[in-house]
Amino acid sequence: MKSVLKIIVIMMSVFTASLAMPAHAQLSIDITKGNIDPTPIAIPDFMSTDSRGQQIGRDLAEVVRADLERSGLFRALDPNSFIEKQTNIDYAPTYADWRVIKAEALVSGRIVVESDSRMRVEFRLWDVFGGEQLSGLRLAATPDNWRRMAHKVSDAIYTQLTGETGYFDSRIVFIDESGPKTDRKKRLAIMDQDGANPQFLLTGPSTVITPRFSPNSQKITYMSYENIVPAIYLLEIETGRRELLGSFPGMTFAPRFSPDGNKMILTLAKAGNSDIYSMDLRSRSTTRLTTNPAIDVSASYAPDGKNIVFNSDRGGSPQIYTMNADGRNVKRISFGKGRYNAPVWSPRGDKIAFVKSTGGKFHIGVMNPDGSGERLLTESYLDEGPTWSPNGRVILFSRETRGRGGKNEIWSVDLTGTNLRRVPTPGSASDPAWSPLLP
Amino acid sequence: MTRQLILLLTAAAFMTACASKPKVVEEVAVAETPKPVFVPEPAPQAPVVQAPIQQQQPVIQAPANNLPTPGSVDDFIYQAGGDARVYFGYDQFNLTPSAMDNLRAQAAWLQQYPSVNAVVEGNADERGTREYNLALAARRAESVKSFLVGQGVASRRLTTVSYGKERPIDARSSEAGWARNRNGHTNVMNGAVG
Repeated sequence: MKSVLKIIVIMMSVFTASLAMPAHAQLSIDITKGNIDPTPIAIPDFMSTDSRGQQIGRDLAEVVRADLERSGLFRALDPNSFIEKQTNIDYAPTYADWRVIKAEALVSGRIVVESDSRMRVEFRLWDVFGGEQLSGLRLAATPDNWRRMAHKVSDAIYTQLTGETGYFDSRIVFIDESGPKTDRKKRLAIMDQDGANPQFLLTGPSTVITPRFSPNSQKITYMSYENIVPAIYLLEIETGRRELLGSFPGMTFAPRFSPDGNKMILTLAKAGNSDIYSMDLRSRSTTRLTTNPAIDVSASYAPDGKNIVFNSDRGGSPQIYTMNADGRNVKRISFGKGRYNAPVWSPRGDKIAFVKSTGGKFHIGVMNPDGSGERLLTESYLDEGPTWSPNGRVILFSRETRGRGGKNEIWSVDLTGTNLRRVPTPGSASDPAWSPLLP
Repeated sequence: MTRQLILLLTAAAFMTACASKPKVVEEVAVAETPKPVFVPEPAPQAPVVQAPIQQQQPVIQAPANNLPTPGSVDDFIYQAGGDARVYFGYDQFNLTPSAMDNLRAQAAWLQQYPSVNAVVEGNADERGTREYNLALAARRAESVKSFLVGQGVASRRLTTVSYGKERPIDARSSEAGWARNRNGHTNVMNGAVG
């Protein structure tokens, strides 16, 4: 395994070709509505003057097309249908040729391999019907980082056309599952957001569950059964350095970082009673936040760090509650029929994702932080473990099939409840956690 | 409304940045996350629950009538009625009368062999979220431990562990399968003898 720290420099430049088109005439996509028609977009292979660049240009364009298609907001047109073959991205395209094939947006890109250690990617995004350039961007990195550059291109296109931050240059940590249901092996693994580059983060036979990213994407916290009494651990991805978090009189589980990365929120089961604690990661001092004899578990901070959402059965069945970061002002926010679990605050702060079980089915749902506006996005025998995309628009979750051969898969769904898709994983997989956008 | 505003602002930014030559507006250093390196696992921190070697234990007796050797792990299971697990209702952690009978037999055996320690494992069926089930199964393990302690077994001999829904013993997704997976298991890993 390579463990060399590679430094790449990315230079972004904005260059516009045409002036002063009224903003409202520009192509833009409203992603707040479900079931919209995907916007047809043409993304020819990125051009290059040398064969290595041409190969990267083909692969990179393919990754961009796949990213944008998976968002459900775009339909990447078949390159075989393209009429114009551009040779220079610095000249405006023949818009009429792209209107004929009903492309609404066109991406023209170029790869310049400057050396073995440096490659430039430049592209322009054109509004075909508006007849203007919407944005232009130049990225630079080592050539073997072309996949990340592709995701950054996808993010730039997504951001320009939707007005929202993207989520393509990000990673997913998850649990790889193998073996029969009654003897399942569970290993910590990581992959790119699109399923590329999967790799194990830990070896060894211990069962590992519920991994979560730190806000800077450099650390992962998880629960492991490597000792008799299971506990939560901290792993530095870069160095592989691992650490048992704290020493508690009982099992610790359900860890999550605070939004500033300085604290951990976790659950301690002491003499059978689960309560929520916070831990200062610098001083390692802990603060008990709930003292209820009922189950208090699955705590998640709001992005401002001032509030916490958690799961409790203090009312007789598992429901969702919020409280201040110091444990005061506990309020129940779920009141629908059924059992509510596993709440996770959106990185935008505007929604809480949760699991609801009712009538023998499990759902991933979202509600506002005050409990209003509840919507169920999915339904199956067992959907659980929601995690938000960095922009708060997409939710990943585990879906387990029923029966003796029951297996876990990772799925994604839009906040609108549309665009349900299976996320490719090397094998069975559960407990996904989405990283923030990479730097 | 907000989006339109953003678009306007973005457009304005582009116009001001507009020039015939590309203009560098941002420079960001990006560290590609390197491949992780595995660090060998350190020795477990918590003491492994093990029976210390005791001299005063009964001499190993030849099994009679094909019964397990007294004091062995198999003997413990046999004395507990053939199953060292007690079962719970859906989302319940209270002990049923038959569970209490089973645990009384377990407690009697544990008192007969005071050198033996046990891990009390709590388990839940698959129809719940992972973390809630860990909390629920922790309660089940505690219910079993509390009862055994109430019967006179020293608390320090019993370590509780919650497996949540991670260790099903029945792969079926049916009422019968789920009922088997909702249990508290008194796991005697080393008997007083062989």
